[in-house]
Amino acid sequence: MAEIKNYTLNFGPQHPSAHGVLRLVLELDGEVVQRAEPHIGLLHRGTEKLFEQKTYLQNVPYFDRFDYVSMMANEHAYALAVEKLMGVEVPERAQYIRVMFAELTRILNHCMWLGAVALDIGAMTVFLYCFREREDIFDFYEEVSGARMHAAYFRPGGVSKDLPDGLLEKIQGFIDRFPGYVDEYETLLTENRIWKQRNVDIAIVDEETALAWGFSGPMIRASGVAWDLRKTQPYDVYDKMEFDIPVGATGDCYDRYLVRVEEMRQSNEIIRQCIAWLAKNSGDIKSRDARLSSPDRADMKGDMETLIHHFKYFSEGYHVPAGEVYTAVEHPKGEFAVHLISDGSNKPYRMKVRASGFAHLEALDYMCRGHMIADVVAILGTQDIVFGEVDR
Amino acid sequence: MNDIKQEQQDLPEVAGLKEHLKDAILDVSESLDCTVVKLRYDAIVDACHYLKDHQGYEQLMDLCGVDMSEYPGFVKEDGRYQVIYNVLSIQHNKRLRLKIQLDSRQLVNSVVEVWPTANWFEREAFEMFGIIFNHHPDLRRLLTDYGFEGYPMRKDFPVEGRVEMFFDDEQWRCVYRPNAVENRVLIPRTWPGADRG
Repeated sequence: MAEIKNYTLNFGPQHPSAHGVLRLVLELDGEVVQRAEPHIGLLHRGTEKLFEQKTYLQNVPYFDRFDYVSMMANEHAYALAVEKLMGVEVPERAQYIRVMFAELTRILNHCMWLGAVALDIGAMTVFLYCFREREDIFDFYEEVSGARMHAAYFRPGGVSKDLPDGLLEKIQGFIDRFPGYVDEYETLLTENRIWKQRNVDIAIVDEETALAWGFSGPMIRASGVAWDLRKTQPYDVYDKMEFDIPVGATGDCYDRYLVRVEEMRQSNEIIRQCIAWLAKNSGDIKSRDARLSSPDRADMKGDMETLIHHFKYFSEGYHVPAGEVYTAVEHPKGEFAVHLISDGSNKPYRMKVRASGFAHLEALDYMCRGHMIADVVAILGTQDIVFGEVDR
Repeated sequence: MNDIKQEQQDLPEVAGLKEHLKDAILDVSESLDCTVVKLRYDAIVDACHYLKDHQGYEQLMDLCGVDMSEYPGFVKEDGRYQVIYNVLSIQHNKRLRLKIQLDSRQLVNSVVEVWPTANWFEREAFEMFGIIFNHHPDLRRLLTDYGFEGYPMRKDFPVEGRVEMFFDDEQWRCVYRPNAVENRVLIPRTWPGADRG
């Protein structure tokens, strides 16, 4: 009998289902994965080093480029960190706007995830359906910030601009339609025989393992841990929102799919509550703390000191008191956190970004072992990996 | 002020750590978001085991290195590097931050045996700062290019890097050359009041 040896397969970094630039070295016994070693860093841009050279305001757009499919959620963590260090209270309207856009971002992210993962597994149609809704949300992004993707909309102290007239009605129209769209996705997938064959009982992660590997977000909820920072450690106005946390039963790929689909529905309800509040209440959208906001243009024309303030705000920037803070938000992918160490100057001394995908991808080896090579793509998809945040 | 200090010392995990590790606990303070415990660098694995097994800190959320050499008031004797561990207890809904400080010749023991997720975080701290984690199963570079030299997050490493890569037509391959890029600092680092004359 011929001797059969394990062989090593190089997957990526240019593979279409590598979700960007993952290089995976797979050790295979026939078709069964014995070991999967991710090689990451092909998208490493040294953002943490750049942070130390940029003022706090200049650092905002870098956050869009971490997880580039849920841009505003990244900015949220940064804005909260700076506000906490400066001890600034954000106006309530700004908090509602942020929560509304954070949830729109969650839908945006999950649409992207669902489309991409279905495409990886072989269902082309879902991708087209999901991207139709993504396009609507990009329009909302564009209306508030001028940019479809990299919005730089959440700023320390609030948001950069108030909502334009008529936007709330458009978002209202979208969320009225959206549950129907989710039904469409579910019609395509939930009871689909092929989808279930590819996902049910694949990569089961039990509760203890999920905790040890630092899982967070939908990944840990699918493993049966009812942990959601929006409920347990609420920030902004999440404590005033009513929503449910979906929890999985078995912790397989199919559960992670179900959890994310339910999250889309829950996000939709949160947005509905935000719109109801925002339609009735007006007010500031940025803290009146002069350190964090540029002065009114009209005042600048008549007052020299205000003009100087405007110049200083955009050139030197503001100084953040010395100290350190770790702020985490419930990012669509899990716990996204910023560990900010300030030395009292106008630039961060050290800013570490804790990306949820980093910890999830690390567990890829554990999740893939013993599965077939075709499942690697399903597992990679279910982790919702985006290389912008993994590589930073 | 004293009352607050008394209260934080009564936190069960901090009291337990003090009892368990005695003089290895150097300092306990209250940060803006959670309690910070400063430890001697050789006690970190014991502390993590204790927190995980007896105090319900199931998750290590973040581990990062910091180069303190340019921090105002830094003294060399304290050790140049800090390693910061942000741990999370899901059952008690609490966070805690552990901090150790060490110089470049001191090795810190790896906490991979406590939380497997520490693996990549420690690899990152190693490649970015050159902090060596003892007993780490696989301490290799992680994010930088294959064959990268230097520890880029150290404060004395230039932002623009030391080499740049070109495609060499004659050799028909990519080659590294010393960097010709200059770093332009448009906005210097300032402190409040320092630039007002």
